[in-house]
Amino acid sequence: MTTADLLGKLLQVVMALVIFAAIVGLLIFFIDKAPKRGRDYWQLLGFLAPALLFVAVGLVYPAIRTSILAFQDSSGDWTWDNFIWALTQPAAIRTLLNTIVWVLLVPTFATAVGLAYAVFIDRSRGERYYKVVLFMPIAISFVGASVIWKFVYEYRSGEREQIGLLNAIVVAFGGEPVQWLQTDPINTILLIVVMIWVQTGFAMIVLSAAIKGIPTEQLEAAQLDGTNGWQRFTNVTLPGIQGALVVVLTAISIASLKVFDIVRTMTAGNFDTSVIANEMYTQAFRASEIGRGSALALILFVLVLPIVIYNVNVLRKQREIR
Amino acid sequence: MSSVAPADLPVGKDLGTLEAVEETEYAQPKTARVKKRLTSRTATIVSLIIAVLWTIPTFGLFLSSFRPAELIRTTGWWTYFQNPGLTLENYGSVLFSASSSSPQLGAYIVNSIAIALIATIIPLVFASMAAYAFAWMKFPGVNVLFVLIFALQIIPLQMALVPLLQIFSTILRPMQAWLHDVVPIIPEQNYLPVWLAHSMFAIPLAIYLLHNFISQIPGDIIEAARVDGASHGQIFFRIVLPLSVPALASFAIFQFIWVWNDLLVALIFSGGTQDVAPLTQRLAELTGTRGQDWQLLTAAAFISIIVPLIVFFALQRYFVRGLLVGATKG
Repeated sequence: MTTADLLGKLLQVVMALVIFAAIVGLLIFFIDKAPKRGRDYWQLLGFLAPALLFVAVGLVYPAIRTSILAFQDSSGDWTWDNFIWALTQPAAIRTLLNTIVWVLLVPTFATAVGLAYAVFIDRSRGERYYKVVLFMPIAISFVGASVIWKFVYEYRSGEREQIGLLNAIVVAFGGEPVQWLQTDPINTILLIVVMIWVQTGFAMIVLSAAIKGIPTEQLEAAQLDGTNGWQRFTNVTLPGIQGALVVVLTAISIASLKVFDIVRTMTAGNFDTSVIANEMYTQAFRASEIGRGSALALILFVLVLPIVIYNVNVLRKQREIR
Repeated sequence: MSSVAPADLPVGKDLGTLEAVEETEYAQPKTARVKKRLTSRTATIVSLIIAVLWTIPTFGLFLSSFRPAELIRTTGWWTYFQNPGLTLENYGSVLFSASSSSPQLGAYIVNSIAIALIATIIPLVFASMAAYAFAWMKFPGVNVLFVLIFALQIIPLQMALVPLLQIFSTILRPMQAWLHDVVPIIPEQNYLPVWLAHSMFAIPLAIYLLHNFISQIPGDIIEAARVDGASHGQIFFRIVLPLSVPALASFAIFQFIWVWNDLLVALIFSGGTQDVAPLTQRLAELTGTRGQDWQLLTAAAFISIIVPLIVFFALQRYFVRGLLVGATKG
């Protein structure tokens, strides 16, 4: 990187800041100087317009356009071919199945481990440090996490000493080293492990906060009634954190449905590990199969949709209560 | 009180013997206490195991990034004490080596910072304005609009990528070229598409998070300001923004780390050159092209994760809150 490059980059940032500040300043100026007639509407528009414009250009229009592209071939004629491809080709079916495995395993294990951990460390000594340890992967990028775990799964052929931890353990127990990331179906499971490793901290932190929200009186009352730890957990703690559990499960499900970086970085979707989001990228941006990519995006959206509706319902209920 | 049955506890048996020994009138509270201690011992062991399992992979990478290339290639990092040796050479070569075969991360670090900074500020400002409108400007249909925007946040990015790239190449590309002509020091391939894409994608979640907070500001304060003749612009800048600093900080940190860690948006909108591409994109590329050079990969990976980790440790409170707002509300 030359000094000129660096200067060019700095200049871009400074210009962006100046122009952005000017836009916001002008906007607020006109909001306060809005004409008397219909003033409230002008003001509302002034406050909402930038966000609405961004959302319309960046999400609403593209989503509609993608939905149309999914039903067109490369010359723009209407067709079902993209979906027929996505639902009948063995490789494409495998992609869908892999995604389902991800969505089943990641939320289940991440939430279960996160919950157990949150319960176990609750009010224990050094709780803060316990939390930090499990939560740290959340701050690490999926790409970083992929490199970390690729190193764990590293394979060395023949008699050479293994430098990947997993193969070293296998060899220590007298086994043969395995090319983990190229062996189907264990490779998909090992990619899922990375996602669980990342998401468990999220589940733990949310559930831990929910557990702390349970009134101590309830737990004490249950204790006085002579319940044991497991009974208190199932009868007091679990009902008390039900809402948080739902949130955690849905959030991690959505994240797993959309998983891309991990697959892209670790296997690029080779060796039967591809998932919808990765295949969408490959088809649309590598193979220039816009229609197929759009169809996969639409399938992804349809899979996410039930969770969206559920979430929106929860939100609406909250707003009514308020 | 015979219903205190420790049968379900993994340490039930031990407890039985203890109970038999201490058959006094204080036995009940004592067994309860003992039971608590024993369960917490199992709990401690289990949580310790989980904690160690979760740390080992990162630690292995961290230690390896300081080991000489030759040792990384031939021995596992856990044999460190048999094969000692620490070096900063790996970091030197990924950061400062100018040879064309080295990763040359310096340029990508600058890109990551530039992208994350602006792509945090834009949605933060626009979304807080919208959140204020949704919370404090009463209009018919505002609630419906708010729920619609909330629903937008779960449109997968994949649904937006292809058309947005087309829009950018017809509208932004000429602007970028013009900018390059006017100010030659700015490359034609510049940050604009990445900034805008990240900002657009962030706004629904940002509005939702900030609205949660801004709508909780006591109405009396805002009413009082209105009675005193303050305009919406004044209320927004002088009252709402200062009071919302915790929420703004939470979202800013969340968004900064999200953008810093992003790969997908960068892959599609950055163009992949060292003029624009962030660290993550470079790192992903290196795992493909230099997959066996662990001395480079470990150091490069650690450089890419160190910034979010610092932010995380320094601002943990805000970071956690950013994740929690909206999450625990359910």
